[in-house]
Amino acid sequence: MTAQHSVTLNVNGTAHDCEVEARMTLADCLREKLDLTGTHLGCEHGVCGACTVIVDGAAVRSCLMFAVQAQGVQITTVEGLADGDTLSDLQQAFHDNFALQCGFCTPGFLTTAESVLAENPSPTRAEVQSAISGNICRCTGYVPIIDAILDTAKRRREGGQ
Amino acid sequence: MKPPKFDYFAPDSIESALALLTEHGEDARYLGGGQSLVPMMNLRVAAPSALIDLNGIAALRGIRIDEEDRLHIGAMTRTRQIELDATIARANPLLHEAAPHIAHIQIRNRGTIGGSLAHADPAAELPGVVLVCDAEIKLFGPDGARSVATGDFFKNIFSTALQDGDMITEIVFPAWPSTRRWAFQEISRREGDFAMIGIAAWFDLDDAGRISAAGLAAIGAGDTPLRLSSGETVLIGQAPGEKIFAEAARASLSDLQPGSDIHASAEYRREVGGVLVERTLKAAWERSS
Repeated sequence: MTAQHSVTLNVNGTAHDCEVEARMTLADCLREKLDLTGTHLGCEHGVCGACTVIVDGAAVRSCLMFAVQAQGVQITTVEGLADGDTLSDLQQAFHDNFALQCGFCTPGFLTTAESVLAENPSPTRAEVQSAISGNICRCTGYVPIIDAILDTAKRRREGGQ
Repeated sequence: MKPPKFDYFAPDSIESALALLTEHGEDARYLGGGQSLVPMMNLRVAAPSALIDLNGIAALRGIRIDEEDRLHIGAMTRTRQIELDATIARANPLLHEAAPHIAHIQIRNRGTIGGSLAHADPAAELPGVVLVCDAEIKLFGPDGARSVATGDFFKNIFSTALQDGDMITEIVFPAWPSTRRWAFQEISRREGDFAMIGIAAWFDLDDAGRISAAGLAAIGAGDTPLRLSSGETVLIGQAPGEKIFAEAARASLSDLQPGSDIHASAEYRREVGGVLVERTLKAAWERSS
């Protein structure tokens, strides 16, 4: 038995070596060991969606995965979306559509939307609603968030991306 | 909250997983997708002394059709894969239709079919579909491999025929006749919530256009997923139609054993259950007639 486990986390294209207790969730490891505090923790039991990160292309709850389980996978957090100080197109669309207010839930919405758009570049409004059903926002009423995601899909199609 | 301390092991074979579980005593647990167990650990409702992580065992994953057209799904196959897999859409369209109702996309990306069955939440979709399809659940435990019929698997709320040391390895669905009609419907307050009640239904027709075999099951309507055999009996030998569907729905009410909780009262669940049986049968019939 080893109390500490060595794990190499590939986050936003960079490999990080960490020593973690088995019980450390991926979310806590990102925030506390790697100082990537963009990933937010709300409920810590898989209900609110704030801690969503992208693991090998799929949006997952980082509070329901242990850091030791993330050896060998590719992780994208909200910090991986922008290019330096330049917002990603999705982030810019959130800004343009007033899709955040307090911003606590935003990282989870952005990572969820990014993974969903990668899979389905032309979602319907109903598909976007369904895709973000696992993320809770108490400020916006969701409509601007849905608008921002649809706006991004449209801009990407028109931009030929 | 944070989970209590535990030892962690990530074996790469079924045999070594069992050896580790046996070695670490009765408080050790297998870890599947972690979408039910880890929330319980974070809430400190569960405090396993050791987790034996099954995510690295390739033999527990995968989807295949055998020579008798049965559909085999490895226990660690993720729900999202079940939702998107073209083989499943063809080989068990009822399962394909039910999958998007399961929780949210982030949960489906991690959750597994074996984990859902082992957890045995009475409102969960996969146990209901597995039950209505008469699937077989393959287990591996201290006495080797064995198989349990779904009808004998779900014992009570969150409890199953799994014994100490047992792991679910595979779920085997009987061949799906190409002319079978099916539907899955549920009522929940919001998308992704556990169903207040849900119905899975299928039926086959004979050459005379009468129902020759039928399956009806309810989730969220008792301590386990329930087979609505009284409703099934009404359907057999009858030509499909609204009148017989309504009669089957009335008969099914006697099989429902709903309870009350903060989401819905027993009376509401019973009332809606009847309506949903009728609606689901109608949807199954209208799908291809």
